[in-house]
Amino acid sequence: MKRAEVRRFALDQTKAPIHDALLDYRRRRIVSFDVPGHKQGRGNEELAAFLGKQCLSVDVNSMKMLDTLIHPTGVIMEAENLAADAFGADSCRFMVNGTTSAVQAMILSNCSPGDKIIMPRNVHRSAINALILARAVPIYVNPSVDKELGIPLAMSVKDVEAAIREHPDAVAVFVNNPTYYGVCPNLKEIVRIAHAADMRVLVDEAHGTHFYFQDALPVSAMDAGADMSSVSLHKTGGSLTQSSLLLLGPSMRKDSGYVHQIINLTQTTSASYLLLSSLDITRRNLALRGEKIYERVIEFANYARDEINQIGGYDAFGEERCDGDAFFAFDSCKLPFHTIKMGLSGIEVYDILCDEYDIQIEFGDMLNCLAILSVGDRPVAIERLIAALADIRFTYGKEPARHLVNEYIPPVVVMTPAEAFYAPSEQLPLAECEGRIASESIMCYPPGIPILAPGERVTPEVLAYIRYAKEKGSRMTGTEDGAVEKLYVLTEK
Amino acid sequence: MELWFSEFHSTDFKVDFRIRKQLFGQYSDYQHIQVFDTYEFGRMLVMDNIVMLTEKDEFIYHEMIVHVPMAVHPNAERVLIIGGGDGGTLRELCRYDDLKEIVMVEIDSLVVDVAKVYFPTVATSYDDPRVTLLFEDGLRYVRRCRNMFDVIIVDSTDPFGPGESLFTKEFYGNCSHALRDGGILVNQHEGTFYHNDAEEAASTYKKTSPVFKNTFVYQAHIPVYPAGHWLFGFMSDRYHPLNDFDPDRWNARNIKTDYYNTDLHRGAFALPNYVYRLLHDGVLLDQTFRRVIGDTIWPPNGDTLNTEDEDRVDIDFSEIEKNG
Repeated sequence: MKRAEVRRFALDQTKAPIHDALLDYRRRRIVSFDVPGHKQGRGNEELAAFLGKQCLSVDVNSMKMLDTLIHPTGVIMEAENLAADAFGADSCRFMVNGTTSAVQAMILSNCSPGDKIIMPRNVHRSAINALILARAVPIYVNPSVDKELGIPLAMSVKDVEAAIREHPDAVAVFVNNPTYYGVCPNLKEIVRIAHAADMRVLVDEAHGTHFYFQDALPVSAMDAGADMSSVSLHKTGGSLTQSSLLLLGPSMRKDSGYVHQIINLTQTTSASYLLLSSLDITRRNLALRGEKIYERVIEFANYARDEINQIGGYDAFGEERCDGDAFFAFDSCKLPFHTIKMGLSGIEVYDILCDEYDIQIEFGDMLNCLAILSVGDRPVAIERLIAALADIRFTYGKEPARHLVNEYIPPVVVMTPAEAFYAPSEQLPLAECEGRIASESIMCYPPGIPILAPGERVTPEVLAYIRYAKEKGSRMTGTEDGAVEKLYVLTEK
Repeated sequence: MELWFSEFHSTDFKVDFRIRKQLFGQYSDYQHIQVFDTYEFGRMLVMDNIVMLTEKDEFIYHEMIVHVPMAVHPNAERVLIIGGGDGGTLRELCRYDDLKEIVMVEIDSLVVDVAKVYFPTVATSYDDPRVTLLFEDGLRYVRRCRNMFDVIIVDSTDPFGPGESLFTKEFYGNCSHALRDGGILVNQHEGTFYHNDAEEAASTYKKTSPVFKNTFVYQAHIPVYPAGHWLFGFMSDRYHPLNDFDPDRWNARNIKTDYYNTDLHRGAFALPNYVYRLLHDGVLLDQTFRRVIGDTIWPPNGDTLNTEDEDRVDIDFSEIEKNG
């Protein structure tokens, strides 16, 4: 079925119930003897001057006319239904603790302690952390690696098939759609084989909001028939940072109440109406205008890819690398480019762009940079990025040096993340950790994909990679030690 | 009824022009363009509510942005103008017979159309056979050029709006690659008196000085520009604006000017101390003239009255009444 047909919405997408209720609230000039204490900004003049009075006047608490996120029956419920309709989902939950909380809700609502879940190892830290909370057992599918670019790709169908065959008792398959670099798996096929094995498909679509509104982009989780999806509406959609959606397919209908209970275990009871209204207004914008908006974004990105490739030295890769397998489809709103062939690591280019040119891109790793294009881009900004890259090449470019190729190191898993996280452990300098089992994660952020996760052996390769990443200036995180020089490892008996 | 056009030079200071008539007003793809007939300055071109030029004083800006680099470069053949849609810079350049090629890259074709119709004394040279006029983004054009020009003149609007990308490191960096050996870049360098202009001037200087071996700033007195005082940047890897300047060579050209002359050329590079401090140490005038009173006065543009100000004079009106 073509998405254009699905997109004939069942509900009136010109409505924005939370937005309207807040307008009404403002109009009534309600005198508040409830929280928040700044009372429409009056109690915090400096903050009101900084963020704007308009903004603080709707930073309000749940109340009758505004509904409540922990038990929506009014405008929030209406807004969630509209969002479900716009995204082709059976139901939808607004999330205000980020997509991290949506990912946790997907895993916690499907995995009981000890349940197996099939997932690629290059997941975001939020998924690994959810495994600790759920005490679930990850069955890692090593993603394929593009050796030239040094980036992990998506899961190939045959690897997922093999994992399903080996672990028929797994309860779910967890999929990134797309990966950070914009690589998508053959999602429809993965859904088919997972469902055939009676497993649910949970999709991390943190970077996939736009898939729901443009036919030229890879298939979205809901269109592919997945059971649940976490969508960061704030990432490429335009809502406020930290606001996000959890989408449920028709197969989840009987469990949607349970999913909500799971969400309420950890989600705030004081949901921000700034975030909620931003979800509502953004959904309306995308439903009404998303197709055109993302058509323009794709044009921008493709133009930038061509121009960057003409500079020489860079490889702004894209759809031409699709291989029908682990690089099944490409998100053309992403703008990754390979930098190492002109002697600069992605991190170096990232830093030069920020420090010298006042241009902030999403991240740089060993060999690549990633720029993200979204609803907010303009031609002048695209031109600035291209011109800066041209200038960097002529000013800083050099002969490519020897570099570490592996952007993905297959982990040696000894025990589950939860077992390792809660086991007795001791903090050691990184260099002394070789051979031990980690009880915490370590990663570059962004992208936030753990190099080492709890329960994995600290191998010489991992240590070499961490040293190299630090040397190149990556921002490391994940350890209790703020300086990321020490790591908690399991005490040896 | 009297009609006045107000231009804000800062949030808290504006100048007014008495208008005889509005001659033109339209939004292009990039900006709002207006032409007024003023009593004092003749016709006036306004873009996004900022005065670009007037018939009465445009000669100062255009002579200074063109003749200074042209008097330093011993044998310029190819010149690039970025912006300059009104045609004034082009007019001055076309007076150099030995120039072989002038490329002008203006993003907004409506500016050129308007100039041709309403400013015939400014847009005089579009038909010169040496001129190639391109309508495209200046940054996009320049990043594709390598070793092509002897002089690049950046005749842009302010950094807020379509001119934004012409005040960036990537622009100057690419310009340096687009220049031939011994090339000179001259740009519109903002003013230094009012807070916002001054910040841009300082940041522009900071961005250009690492790119070129010689980075200089010179000044001119332009009545309609904020504070009547405007700066230009002069950058070159080879030429020094004074040491490599040969007044006799320029005077031999016999170009008749109303502002520029070779004595003024030397004087223009002598800067007031506060301008020097701004460019080299980043110190804004507002920071030196205001005694440090408190956060509510600095930064400017705040709207809060500082009741803690020790200099505040409270007038007791009852006392006045009592004493008659």
